[in-house]
Amino acid sequence: MTLGLAVEAAGISKSYGGSAVLSGVNLKVEAGELFAMLGPSGSGKSTLLRILNLLEQPDNGEVTFGGSESVLRDGQRLRRRMTMLLQRSVMFRDTVFGNVAYGLRLRGMQEREIRDRALNALGDVGLQGFERRKASTLSGGEAQRVAFARAIAIEPEVLFLDEFTANLDPPNIKMLESALAAYRQKTGCTVVMVSHNPFQAQRLAKRCLFLYQGEVLGSGSIDDVRRLDDDRTAAFFRGDLI
Amino acid sequence: MSELDIAQVVALSLYVSITATVLTSLVGLPLGAFLALKRFRGSWLMRTGVYTLFALPSVVVGLVVYTMLSHSGPLGFLDWLWTPIGMVLAESVLIFPLVTGLTISAVSDVDESVRLTIKTLGASNRQLMMRVMHEARFGIFGAVMVGFGRAISEVGAVWMVGGNIKGSTQVITTAIMQQTQMGDFGTSFALAGILLIIAFVVFFVIREIQERD
Repeated sequence: MTLGLAVEAAGISKSYGGSAVLSGVNLKVEAGELFAMLGPSGSGKSTLLRILNLLEQPDNGEVTFGGSESVLRDGQRLRRRMTMLLQRSVMFRDTVFGNVAYGLRLRGMQEREIRDRALNALGDVGLQGFERRKASTLSGGEAQRVAFARAIAIEPEVLFLDEFTANLDPPNIKMLESALAAYRQKTGCTVVMVSHNPFQAQRLAKRCLFLYQGEVLGSGSIDDVRRLDDDRTAAFFRGDLI
Repeated sequence: MSELDIAQVVALSLYVSITATVLTSLVGLPLGAFLALKRFRGSWLMRTGVYTLFALPSVVVGLVVYTMLSHSGPLGFLDWLWTPIGMVLAESVLIFPLVTGLTISAVSDVDESVRLTIKTLGASNRQLMMRVMHEARFGIFGAVMVGFGRAISEVGAVWMVGGNIKGSTQVITTAIMQQTQMGDFGTSFALAGILLIIAFVVFFVIREIQERD
């Protein structure tokens, strides 16, 4: 069992072309926790996720992992201990197996281990027997499941999910949520999930933060955030603020 | 021209063109991918410069390479003028912008989300570039084949640098010109047919590979 890494961000700010996308965001995710970042479209959730995944640099602020691991000193090594699943899954021009095996090949693993891990990951998302299919022939739901298999095959200690079930039908959502629960149980991985769906957040996470126009309006348990004395948060949880 | 002469001319054409294409690809493919993926001061100017050189006239290339390789030129000590190596150099200079520029286009066409996905899986910068090139492989293969097509159909630069010496630096295109001037239209058409067959085979292979994608 690989225990997840704690993730902490302090004073994160980011601007694009002079307009602020994130303003002094603080965040603390415990090791092994599933944490949700909620907010309407354009609130800065995905930007924050990319900064936490070390894909973008903040203008100000600092991200630390496991309490002390330095992003500056060990950026590349740290990046290999985490991964992110995008809202719109991207399949490489390859077979399903080639897609799932890619992250493992980057890490220089032996072919036998690559095969075992890739086939197990495909089994975890209910896609046994798909390994030889061209990824370009998959449906949207199947492609997202392959992308999830590709992410968990490398056994990340932190998994970032960016609206990972958006636009999927209920059976695929159920399958991915089950696969996520099984992976967490097996590895103790930390998960940071972005969603504009409060119902999914309530289903999966115990704690969350609520972002609005780049600022944190509240954080804590889902119930605490839902009961904040704030019109925007209330509208979001009612489903009126998308 | 005897059949042996024609075979020799075809063989030299293939040798010079394939060698120029391989050498150009070794530099042009990674450079094209680098220019497509990296943004730095002057990168826009470099990309624009590469595209501008698409229109480089072959006689200008011939003139420049001839001047460089002539006895009084900076590379005169190599003694490559009137040799197949000099012709390889001229063709390489000619197709370099084409191969590099088409590689820039092919790599730039790879969606930003593909690059992001590669990064999320932990790729280093070098691994990112290799994977993006892999994703753009059909476009890149097309760039190489277009470069080869340009090289084997080249006449001006190879005439100026090679000198069209029978049995030594005569290639299909320069032989066609010479045979036509001599009034031997039969041989000219035969050589032209061989050139077209080579071009057909090259572009048939491109189409087949792209169809399989």
